[in-house]
Amino acid sequence: MPEPLLEVRDLKVHFPTEDGLVKAVDGVSFTLQPGETLGVVGESGSGKSVTFLTVMGLVTTDQAVIEGEVLFRGQDLLKLPKDEMRNIRGSKISMIFQDPMTSLHPFYKVGYQIAEAIRTHQQVSKHEAHDQAVEMLRKVGIPKPEERASQYPHEFSGGMRQRAMIGMALSLNPDMLVADEPTTALDVTVQAQILDLIDRLKAEFNASVVVITHDLGVVAEHCDDIQVMYAGKIVEFGNRRDIYYGPHHPYTWGLLGSISRLDSTSKERLQPIKGLPPSLIFVPPGCAFHPRCPYAFDRCRTDVPELLPVDGHHASACHLSLADKERIFQEEVMVRR
Amino acid sequence: MSVEATQRAAAPLWETREPLVRLRGVKKYFPITRGIIFQKRVGNVHAVDGVDLDVFPGETVGLVGETGCGKSTLARVTMRLYDATDGTIEFEGEDITNLSGRALRERRRHMQMIFQDPFASLNPRKTVGSIIGAPYRLHGTVPRNRVKPEVQHLMELVGLNPEHYNRYPHEFSGGQRQRIGVARSLALHPKLIVCDEPVSALDVSIQAQILNLLEDLQEEFNLTYLFIAHDLSVVKHVSDRVAVMYLGKIVEMAPGDTLYKNPKHPYTGALLSAVPIPDPDLAEHKRRIILEGDVPSPIDPPSGCRFHPRCPNAQLPRCKDEEPVLRPFHPGQIAACHYPLEDRAVIDTGSS
Repeated sequence: MPEPLLEVRDLKVHFPTEDGLVKAVDGVSFTLQPGETLGVVGESGSGKSVTFLTVMGLVTTDQAVIEGEVLFRGQDLLKLPKDEMRNIRGSKISMIFQDPMTSLHPFYKVGYQIAEAIRTHQQVSKHEAHDQAVEMLRKVGIPKPEERASQYPHEFSGGMRQRAMIGMALSLNPDMLVADEPTTALDVTVQAQILDLIDRLKAEFNASVVVITHDLGVVAEHCDDIQVMYAGKIVEFGNRRDIYYGPHHPYTWGLLGSISRLDSTSKERLQPIKGLPPSLIFVPPGCAFHPRCPYAFDRCRTDVPELLPVDGHHASACHLSLADKERIFQEEVMVRR
Repeated sequence: MSVEATQRAAAPLWETREPLVRLRGVKKYFPITRGIIFQKRVGNVHAVDGVDLDVFPGETVGLVGETGCGKSTLARVTMRLYDATDGTIEFEGEDITNLSGRALRERRRHMQMIFQDPFASLNPRKTVGSIIGAPYRLHGTVPRNRVKPEVQHLMELVGLNPEHYNRYPHEFSGGQRQRIGVARSLALHPKLIVCDEPVSALDVSIQAQILNLLEDLQEEFNLTYLFIAHDLSVVKHVSDRVAVMYLGKIVEMAPGDTLYKNPKHPYTGALLSAVPIPDPDLAEHKRRIILEGDVPSPIDPPSGCRFHPRCPNAQLPRCKDEEPVLRPFHPGQIAACHYPLEDRAVIDTGSS
């Protein structure tokens, strides 16, 4: 196995608040290989964004209690001083956000904003940086990039702003791109364009990509591995065939049952997960999912299940026996699809 | 368009009942003006540009399209929140296009709306009880001392805890707030509910809860829905018939299954192929029609077929010069295209 690009070991991010300690991320470990696309799936408040904001150094010890290790090419990012972290962020790891309306500055021209990112990290003249910015806009498929570079964000449509953000994120040829709900604010047609663009650029720039989303549909076509998060923990991890054709965690079953599928023939009812995600201040004891889980038994209420691999790769954190999981999935979950 | 074609465009042929809502030739233009003191009209945004649509009692009609295609404007014109520039709107056989004042308010009791953003559509300074009870105060259908029990009954109906009567919107999650919006829309026992992107701001797992709730309520109260969304899979799930809009016009309309299996308009095909399928194997069988660019400006829509600049099947000069009319294909299906797609053009369901 080659050396992983990113290895996160037992990461904990706890925010102290007036109401108590918010355990946003509570013991998360995973690795990301070079060139891999990882999907991170979960509801709002499952800790998926905070995990990667911490990796990016955007959540710091000023705001939260952070424990664990974030190894990027073997170097622990959590121990780096701020200015060194700033050098890595943007040039080695970059991130695009959900809302392209708010992540571009409305006062500055789009080309200038991309050139500024380049000039922060590279010793180039303003003119060269501008040319590179125009070239980036061309690569992300914006028509007439020379003209567009001297326009303001409000003159761009939502999809074009997201393209410009991707252009900015990739302008320094990073090793890793984190896309936090990159298409949630966009139309489906534009969503397909953006996801294809990320795929294409990933190959061109040879980067690893992390796609954070709440929609299992989005990651089905684009991700190699998928990790499902719930209440600050990873509850299931596997490649996409594991997750779609043989998931082992009741929460993953619930997510799959919630999706309205285009290819369902009859007008059958959706099978949503009951209730709401828990408060991260008062996480239920035992398995955090047990109050919403239709298969919970006594042990689930007291013991925290560990994330255990079944066949070296596919892992789930659930007390049900493997035979039970496979039986329930075949008999009760599959038949509804 | 001939009268016969108009008729076909609006309703399935087997439908003999009177529609609850009947739209004929509805247009809504927003003026663009120049100048500060002497405002001069320099153009129009053609938000809705000639729509015929019938909605029958008890059915759900879905309306899909990209941002800016006019689907929300059409819904608001139907609700008489905007005045139509042209065309007629009938509700229960009565022409309501030019109603105003008391008469309009009386009609509007029977049509309610659920909005997209559960954060912006609830007044943060009012308690939930007063938000849901507002329709009673405005219309006086329930005596004042009966309002609280009625509201609590509604809260229970939509799955909220009636004890939370005195709480404020910020104390609720997105899904719960959308339930508050649903409860408010039910207060006056409406016949028609217009749902404008009711689930697109919610997590997938919560979306499913709200969609199921809407289905249950429809069955219980015999509601009619006009359901707007940009997500075709959600629309197909809830709707009996789906209308696809592009730049202010309906380009295709069909029952959900027909639309999924045999889309005729290339735009429908493109929308379908863009929807992610949560099934890696099936996704590989899908033929992709990726559209280039964005929706053109509705200020100056393209000539002929409005879709021709982005259409992979467009054949010039016909598509540029001649505007296609809606014509029938499969039972209940109509589409406006000169060179329609073949059957099973997007997803070959036979092979999986």
